Amino acid sequence: MSTTTTTAPGALTPAVQPESDNYLKNSTGLLSWAMTLDHKRIGVMYLVAVLAAFFLGGMFALALRTELFFPADSTGQGLFLTPDLYNQMFSLHGAIMVFLFIIPSIPAALGNFILPVMLGAKDVAFPRLNLWSFYLWCVGAVFFLVVLMQGGLDTGWTFYTPYSSTKSLTAVVPALMGAFILGFSSIFTGINFLVTLHKMRPPGMTFFRLPLFLWGLYATAVIQVLATPVLGITLLMLVVERSFGIGIFDPALGGDPVLFQHFFWFYSHPAVYIMILPGMAIISEVISTFSRKHIFGYRFIACSSIAIALFGFFVWGHHMFTSGQSPLASTIFSALTFSVAVPSAIKVFNWLTTMYKGNIVLGAPMIYALGFLFLFAIGGLTGLFLGTMGTDIHLHDTYFVVAHFHYVMVGGTLWAFLAGLYYWWPKMFGKMYSERSAIVGSIVAFIGFNLTFFPQFFMGSQGMPRRYFTYVPEFQIYHQLSTIGAYTLLVGLLIVAYNLVQSLLKGERAPSNPWGSATLEWQCTSPPPYYNFKDSPEVGDPYDLDRVQWDPKTKGYVNRPDYVPSASH
Amino acid sequence: MSTAHEHNDISHVAPVKVLLGVFGALIFLTVLTVAAVFVDLGPLNIWIAMGIATVKALLVALFFMHLAYDRPFNGIVFMAALVFSGLFVSIALLDSREYKKNVDDFRAVTPLSIPAGK
Amino acid sequence: MSTTPHTAGVAAAPPHGAHAHGDHAHGGHGDHGDHGHHNPDVAHHFDTANQQFDAGKLGIWAFLVTEVLFFSGLFCAYSIWRNLNPEVFLYAHHYLDTTLGATNTVVLLFSSLTAAWAVRCAQLNQKKGLVLCLSLTLLCAFGFLGVKYVEYSHKLHDGIGWGTAYQPHNPKLFSELTASGHYLNGRYVSEIAAERNLGIDGVPYAELDNAGKFQIAEQLRPEFLPEPVKVRTFFGIYYGMTGLHGVHVVGGILVFLWLLVRALKGQFHAGYFGPVDYAALYWHLVDLVWIYLFPMLYLIH
Repeated sequence: MSTTTTTAPGALTPAVQPESDNYLKNSTGLLSWAMTLDHKRIGVMYLVAVLAAFFLGGMFALALRTELFFPADSTGQGLFLTPDLYNQMFSLHGAIMVFLFIIPSIPAALGNFILPVMLGAKDVAFPRLNLWSFYLWCVGAVFFLVVLMQGGLDTGWTFYTPYSSTKSLTAVVPALMGAFILGFSSIFTGINFLVTLHKMRPPGMTFFRLPLFLWGLYATAVIQVLATPVLGITLLMLVVERSFGIGIFDPALGGDPVLFQHFFWFYSHPAVYIMILPGMAIISEVISTFSRKHIFGYRFIACSSIAIALFGFFVWGHHMFTSGQSPLASTIFSALTFSVAVPSAIKVFNWLTTMYKGNIVLGAPMIYALGFLFLFAIGGLTGLFLGTMGTDIHLHDTYFVVAHFHYVMVGGTLWAFLAGLYYWWPKMFGKMYSERSAIVGSIVAFIGFNLTFFPQFFMGSQGMPRRYFTYVPEFQIYHQLSTIGAYTLLVGLLIVAYNLVQSLLKGERAPSNPWGSATLEWQCTSPPPYYNFKDSPEVGDPYDLDRVQWDPKTKGYVNRPDYVPSASH
Repeated sequence: MSTAHEHNDISHVAPVKVLLGVFGALIFLTVLTVAAVFVDLGPLNIWIAMGIATVKALLVALFFMHLAYDRPFNGIVFMAALVFSGLFVSIALLDSREYKKNVDDFRAVTPLSIPAGK
Repeated sequence: MSTTPHTAGVAAAPPHGAHAHGDHAHGGHGDHGDHGHHNPDVAHHFDTANQQFDAGKLGIWAFLVTEVLFFSGLFCAYSIWRNLNPEVFLYAHHYLDTTLGATNTVVLLFSSLTAAWAVRCAQLNQKKGLVLCLSLTLLCAFGFLGVKYVEYSHKLHDGIGWGTAYQPHNPKLFSELTASGHYLNGRYVSEIAAERNLGIDGVPYAELDNAGKFQIAEQLRPEFLPEPVKVRTFFGIYYGMTGLHGVHVVGGILVFLWLLVRALKGQFHAGYFGPVDYAALYWHLVDLVWIYLFPMLYLIH
């Protein structure tokens, strides 16, 4: 059992490491996890935490879809919810999913683990800040638990005034405080990643030699730092308005509710790019590796991430076309919204071109990546109907919007999250999962997802409003298909959960580089030692797959001993 | 205290002359801005006040906060904050002014009166 | 400089084939002979003291960016409100004491000087100077809060709180003497009523109940500027902006207290002074915000 690992060219990366060096085992006990400064452990804790939040948010969604299987009866009675409770279900579903799950998900759970290892670094720039990020997430989660116990939330996750400032009798203030604290968790992660990427790259790794996953996290960090504080002040102002009646947002006190929407969406639109950029970044990695081909258009993809981050700040008014916003502002926002579609499309074209004439391997991460391409394309294209002011007047606040954002957030971000989870699972936990049940799970989930949300485009364009407890009979068939889809999606996700847990218990030992990628995280063992690398790995083109070759003995890829780097791109 | 070349391996050391000089300028500008209040230039007054504040802010940022001596990236980062804040404020302000007429027309019919005790 | 990667303190694997890319095998500035063991002032995940300092600097600047955007919400609310209701601001700001505001401005500017000087002292191994400067900064911070306390208590004494606590029980009325162009500083209704012997049915002002006092105030209004109904919102914005700023001053006090303790223990020297520098940068931002708040709230004419 060799205790030294060298990464001198020609050396095969050993698959065996002293067990005591494994980051999962180098120290034991609850406190060694609760007070860890190791980014890998923090990433794993985040993973468990956000998945728990996802489960909770999902339960609220199932409650909604179950209730909507039938419209209310002639006396206005629902299946098992009252209209007020229904409002609470969708508000809590939205708030928990957005603030506790989606925004942290990829950066905090996968990014925290992978970013330093992909850089060949020992940790992020500020390990203590990283731990505090996690603590703040936990505090935010506690606030939301308090909300659940103190009357819930029925304002929608968007907290529009004056309902949230004056009328609602639910636990609005704890929810606002929870979201406020979660905002700081997000900001600290963003600061950490920004500084790590600027100051801790190894020799030879210029910005244009960064893997695209890191470009995505970088662009995300920029948005987190610039946008989240505005949400912070907005929520704080709303707390104060609700508690002391200041009168900035409440029309009865001379305030302006449209101003609240400007404040809220200035963050919340860039926030959706916080959600999707890391996902897109994962897809770049997976598609290149599983097409056995160098990524096509590296610089275009890298720069498009920055472009999306920047343009995303100019378009928030497209959420407000029907709010009372002036026609002048609405026109400007509608025109600018079209610009954001361009960099996203550039990415899609580059991914497709990467696959063209590649040697496609249909492993689980790739199945999810292909699913992502299909689902994100639908989600992105339907966004154009909503960004066009003329059609949005008709579609705003209908199920069309609900379908659009679920296609991009679930079909986009969640699918990419699952692709990344399957991609890096062997690295994080040292176990291989069963490909067959992984793929079955993904297919069932794909069918379930489409069944849930595709019908919603139809009923939305026919006028079915969102956030409604009941509906007219002509929409029933759509609602019922949607509910069946929701339960199918649940089954698919349960298969995924089963598949991953089973891998931990019975999975085969994972080699260092099961998929044959050239990025640096595969140069250490699976799982990594707690110090990541004994010697800094050699930096090269992160997509030059000629660097590695298949080794049947370890059932993984190893560095080619005779590798000569081709001229850098 | 007035050594010609104080040095630190890690970062630039601000000379005493610079610190005191900037402080003096800041006090002078504060006096100026208060005095400007007594000169009535109509709508220009607020711009003069903001202008003086900006000069003070630049002095603090460039010298007390070392931006004049740091690598330019730190300054770019700070500028980004100002640019995006400006974007936010100016668009919101533009929109508010544009729909002000709607609000005023409504208030002409239904005047605002804050209920007692609210 | 920020885009070239840092040299590793640990020797990198010898390059194979092409691509020197200008890396040097040995460390640059500040890395003298650190190869085998680590400089105790440098954390394990950094290679050199310079890298650690630069990372911390960028980190604090990124945090200051978030602070600027955090305050921008209030600046936005202020800009919009003032733009749409200039007469409210013109009227209500008379309640604010320009002298106290200017005093606070000078106090904060001086504290910025001492904070910047503290960094200089740490860089030059001047422990006594460092402790003195940190203490002076703290003193100024407390002074600022003291002046703030005086201002707030004056207002609360007159019943001017924020939101629902805005219940002025002895309103001031203001007028302009157009001929000489002077502003009459606010005079209490009680004062005017005493001067003019105002009362109701023979009962002098001072002995009236609240309803009666307001009746007298209403009589005087046409002669003075009427109190617009949105004054309350002005004070919401005033307390919001100065209050949030005050919270940040308190935060600064906590940080500087911690720094002072560490400085007394001799933990800062020319090779390690990052925390002093970063805290000073935070403090300068607090000063910057006030540099704008002062004219925006206290110097409206």
